[in-house]
Amino acid sequence: MKPYKPPAIPSSEITPQALFQARRKFMQTAGGAALAAVWPQALWAMDNLGELGKSKYSAADELTPRRDVTQYNNFYEFGTSKDQPAINAGTLQTRPWTITVEGEVKKAQVFDIDKLLKMAALEERVYRLRCVEAWSMVVPWVGYSLAELLKRVEPTGNAKFVEFVSLHDPAQMPGQKAAVLDWPYREGLRMDEAMHPLTLLTFGLYGEVLPKQNGAPVRIVTPWKYGFKSAKSIVKIRLVEQQPLTSWMKAGPGEYGFYANVNPEVDHPRWSQAKERRIGEFLKRKTLMFNGYTDEVAALYAGMDLQRNF
Amino acid sequence: MTIKNLDNRGLVRVKAAVFLTALLPFAKLAVAAYADELGANPIEKMTHVTGFWALSFLLITLTITPLRRLSGCLWLMRLRRMLGVFAFFYAALHFATYLVLDQFFDWPAIAKDILKRPYITIGFSAFVVLIPLALTSNDAIIRRLGGKRWRALHRLTYPCAIAGVVHFGWLVKKDLTRPIMFALVLALLLGMRVAYRLAGNRTAHQKAV
Repeated sequence: MKPYKPPAIPSSEITPQALFQARRKFMQTAGGAALAAVWPQALWAMDNLGELGKSKYSAADELTPRRDVTQYNNFYEFGTSKDQPAINAGTLQTRPWTITVEGEVKKAQVFDIDKLLKMAALEERVYRLRCVEAWSMVVPWVGYSLAELLKRVEPTGNAKFVEFVSLHDPAQMPGQKAAVLDWPYREGLRMDEAMHPLTLLTFGLYGEVLPKQNGAPVRIVTPWKYGFKSAKSIVKIRLVEQQPLTSWMKAGPGEYGFYANVNPEVDHPRWSQAKERRIGEFLKRKTLMFNGYTDEVAALYAGMDLQRNF
Repeated sequence: MTIKNLDNRGLVRVKAAVFLTALLPFAKLAVAAYADELGANPIEKMTHVTGFWALSFLLITLTITPLRRLSGCLWLMRLRRMLGVFAFFYAALHFATYLVLDQFFDWPAIAKDILKRPYITIGFSAFVVLIPLALTSNDAIIRRLGGKRWRALHRLTYPCAIAGVVHFGWLVKKDLTRPIMFALVLALLLGMRVAYRLAGNRTAHQKAV
């Protein structure tokens, strides 16, 4: 009698590992979706940020509809057109998430996002947002001043600048597969700008947790500067002595400066910054110096040549 | 009737189909504008869509001659004028969007844009050059001008297409993917013309010898 020989499995029959794992992932997602279906209240409740304090820094401008704020985004990590972030940002995992604060500080720390959310009282702040592309919005952000975080790590005397580093993970951020910018996205502020109460460590908008396409789970908002200065999905904050080289400065040194203060008198080399289109409005409106925050921030730049330090 | 020799009835049908197809982007845009589905910044969207199709039709017009040579279908030449006029149609919509919706007749701002912003300078110049080309796109004028002069005038399509691609490349903030795609297609189309010309000269030279 011939011994039994198992038939050879052709290699075409073998499920590739990547596919195998993708199925696993699919089942996990399906399981999560099923859970969400039977337990929706609990999941929605997590999105709401609860009671929020009012802020004296809120602008009186009419709000841009939530739909526009969340569907028209510049977030190159998810694609370079404005509608792509809302479509592609689903892959971003916002838990677990930490921010490492290090550099010229006495108490370098790693902060968990859920701890950060409770570290200081959340406020709603209605800010004007002016993009370097000459459009603008009015957004009710939720967060607290970045100074609250910075003072807890006790910056040393050498801390002259703050650098923000965003997440770098092409699997979660498909736009990073293209070398449009030098990833990870880096931004920075001078120490006094970072400590200014207007500079907001931001966790939400319209009373809810930040949608992924708006820079979840935590971002910076500096309303008197062009939008690209406000780094999204940040994982690291470094306090440094030298002025950091930001992603946009690297990409176009003649077009994007370190300060990037909104200034109707300093044009982008290729287009005018004198006017802007407020989303939802037909006629363009005049752009205001420091985006209308002159009273709050002009003192930071006293005696500086803003044409040169653009 | 074969694909190479289309009779008049066949040609009329092809022309009607091309005409309706060429109107589709406009129809889609008009419907979306009416339904308020152009997104958060409808004026920007309209500017981008009309500009994209103006440049696309300019390049489609330039594919006709190489396509005719490759396929031997002479009737393709009979579509060229309509495609060229569509390029002008979308370019005019593009300019009108800028003039009316974007700037709302702010003449000083427009003048400043044209003089100071290189991408607008070159885009506007290309549009101005397209105007006489569109105006001379009918049989009566061709007869009046004579074929030789008409052809010389219409060679301005080449610099217009180059200007259009440069206009696109200069205005994007960082992602040059689409302008580069247009540039590659245009380089191929112009390269083929150079190649044909060189080949033509060689055969002419050989015949002379």
